[in-house]
Amino acid sequence: MNFFMQRMMGGKEGAVAFVIIAAVILVLFPLFLDIFRLNLVGKYLTYAFVAVGLVMCWGYGGILSLGQGVFFGLGGYAMAMFLKLEASSPEATAIQSTPGIPDFMDWNQITALPWFWEPFNSLPLTIIAVLVVPTIFAFFIGVAMFKRRVGGVYFAIITQAIALILTVLIVGQQGYTGGINGITDLRTLLGWDIRDDSAKYILYFVNAFLLLGVIMIGRFVITSKLGRLLVAMRDREDRVRFSGYDVSAFKIFVFCLAAMFSAIGGAMFTLQVGFMSPSFVGIVPSIEMVIFAAVGGRMSLIGAVYGTLLVSFGKTYFSEVAPELWLFMMGALFIAVVMAFPDGLAGVYQKYRSRLFALGGRICARVPFCPAYRAQTPRPSES
Amino acid sequence: MDGYTASELMSIVAMQGFAGISLFSVLLLMALGLAIIFGQMGVINMAHGEFMTIGAYTTFLMSTMAGEFGLVDYYFPVAIIVSFLIAFGAGYLTEWALIRHLYARPLDTLLATWGLSLMLQQVFRTVFGAREVSPTMPDWLQGSWQPTDTIDIPINGLFVLGLTVLLTFAVLYYLYKSRSGVKMRATTQNRMMAGAVGINTKKVDRFTFALGCGIAGVAGAAFTTIASTGPTTGSLYIVDTFMVVVFGGAASLFGTIASAFAIAEAQSIMEFFMSGSMAKVLTLLFVVGVLMIRPEGLFSVKVRK
Repeated sequence: MNFFMQRMMGGKEGAVAFVIIAAVILVLFPLFLDIFRLNLVGKYLTYAFVAVGLVMCWGYGGILSLGQGVFFGLGGYAMAMFLKLEASSPEATAIQSTPGIPDFMDWNQITALPWFWEPFNSLPLTIIAVLVVPTIFAFFIGVAMFKRRVGGVYFAIITQAIALILTVLIVGQQGYTGGINGITDLRTLLGWDIRDDSAKYILYFVNAFLLLGVIMIGRFVITSKLGRLLVAMRDREDRVRFSGYDVSAFKIFVFCLAAMFSAIGGAMFTLQVGFMSPSFVGIVPSIEMVIFAAVGGRMSLIGAVYGTLLVSFGKTYFSEVAPELWLFMMGALFIAVVMAFPDGLAGVYQKYRSRLFALGGRICARVPFCPAYRAQTPRPSES
Repeated sequence: MDGYTASELMSIVAMQGFAGISLFSVLLLMALGLAIIFGQMGVINMAHGEFMTIGAYTTFLMSTMAGEFGLVDYYFPVAIIVSFLIAFGAGYLTEWALIRHLYARPLDTLLATWGLSLMLQQVFRTVFGAREVSPTMPDWLQGSWQPTDTIDIPINGLFVLGLTVLLTFAVLYYLYKSRSGVKMRATTQNRMMAGAVGINTKKVDRFTFALGCGIAGVAGAAFTTIASTGPTTGSLYIVDTFMVVVFGGAASLFGTIASAFAIAEAQSIMEFFMSGSMAKVLTLLFVVGVLMIRPEGLFSVKVRK
């Protein structure tokens, strides 16, 4: 239990923050939002997986990846391929010239299922693909880059190029990937309709629990010796290297971990939203996900979730109310976060925490049954 | 290559090669500015494409004005200079307001300039509308030159190529021969010592950044002759431009020229034999592959950090 408190929760204060975010996601939102809004929040929370991954790899590891959309997309596409195959049973696609293959393949004159679609006939293989394919991909990128000590700015630019490559590839290979529209019209998961309200509720909770689990894994890594090494490496890479550590191995590990988190988010996105398209893979979504982490606080796993929710709500709100203002707001947000609040919401909270607590204590001291109230009134047994 | 005769194939290579040279010109013009900003200063300017767009829209405005006074044949050289000046001014302001606070945090400049690029895109959309515009071209920029029956080379491409060559030499001369260029290189190579011998390094930084942006403005003016301009035109080229600079080796101008040529030619020659998207994918994959083997780029210059 002590291990759990210290390592998974990050001590007492971390546990309080964790309980609050769990309460917000698991109780507050489902109680007060209708199913449409809740589904929207569920979609935002899938981005939070990416943001949490970025906190690990950018905030703690100092590696800024501008290609996290790649992993989000790989996870999402893997899940979408499974669902699409299920939706393209020979009976459902009888009007096609080749029944039994996804509709967009039929439109593009492809007559047989390509080999790389075959594994996605089975759910266990799909789940393995969601978790493993992006991680292996990240591993190869990581090995190629970090072993050669490519870091910082160059890494950011190259990951950006990789995001561009994948987007162009997906859009260009329309017959195999669904092109610019992506993979749409997904219906059932093993016969279970994912489009009706009860399924949306269930998926929302699955997503929420997975996110909380990912945060706990993140906490575990950060509080371990590895986490301390990551921070040391970010601040003084040479010293860590001279102390005999294999710096690149740690970097590869944290990059792979972030990729896997993103992929889980992507798969949950597909399940909840019902489609996957290249517009979640490219450079723009990847950089937007960085701003989620930056707004929440690049050193705070839980902050990243709040940051994601806040920016996504803002985006939805402003693009409904004043679409021409949205890019302005987003741009200004980028600049403001970098210039004025480099540690994001979590940093602002840290700064004013003592004042907040003092205020809380003063209010609390007037309320009976509160620790602060009891502290100032001596107990009868002690007097 | 079945289906083509040898002479047809030669013409294809010549014309696609020249199409590649047009792309090369635009990439190099953009990369020249970025090579100065990123290569010399280490600042990642994600808004570089938008400075190019500033130049393009300036040229468009100049052409509209010239159209009213009937000066369509003569406005273009003036437009190039005005584009340079406006982009230079915008860059100067940006450095003062934004970049100078962030020299110690290169990854944060990336985010801040990305924010700037989003805002500028919205400004363009609000002012000029979402539709693409293009300036009226003077007559001497239209038409084409036909050395043989099957080869057809557009004049505007030749003009842009000429402009690129001229500007490249100007930048080389500036960096290696002029006093101010020497100061700039001194600041890059050893900031402390440059400061100690009396160079105002902050002033040099601001001027360098503005100069890079100004060159992007010229790139924009040149760009209008071969394609139309929309609010997001600049952002289409930004990743390619970064790849050019990184591929060539950040601080090496010669490397930038060579890599712009290699990337542009590879892409446009491959484009003829396969779909444009596959050509782009293969080109970028090749560049990323080379960068994984040689992270410092093709031609690297040792710079003291």
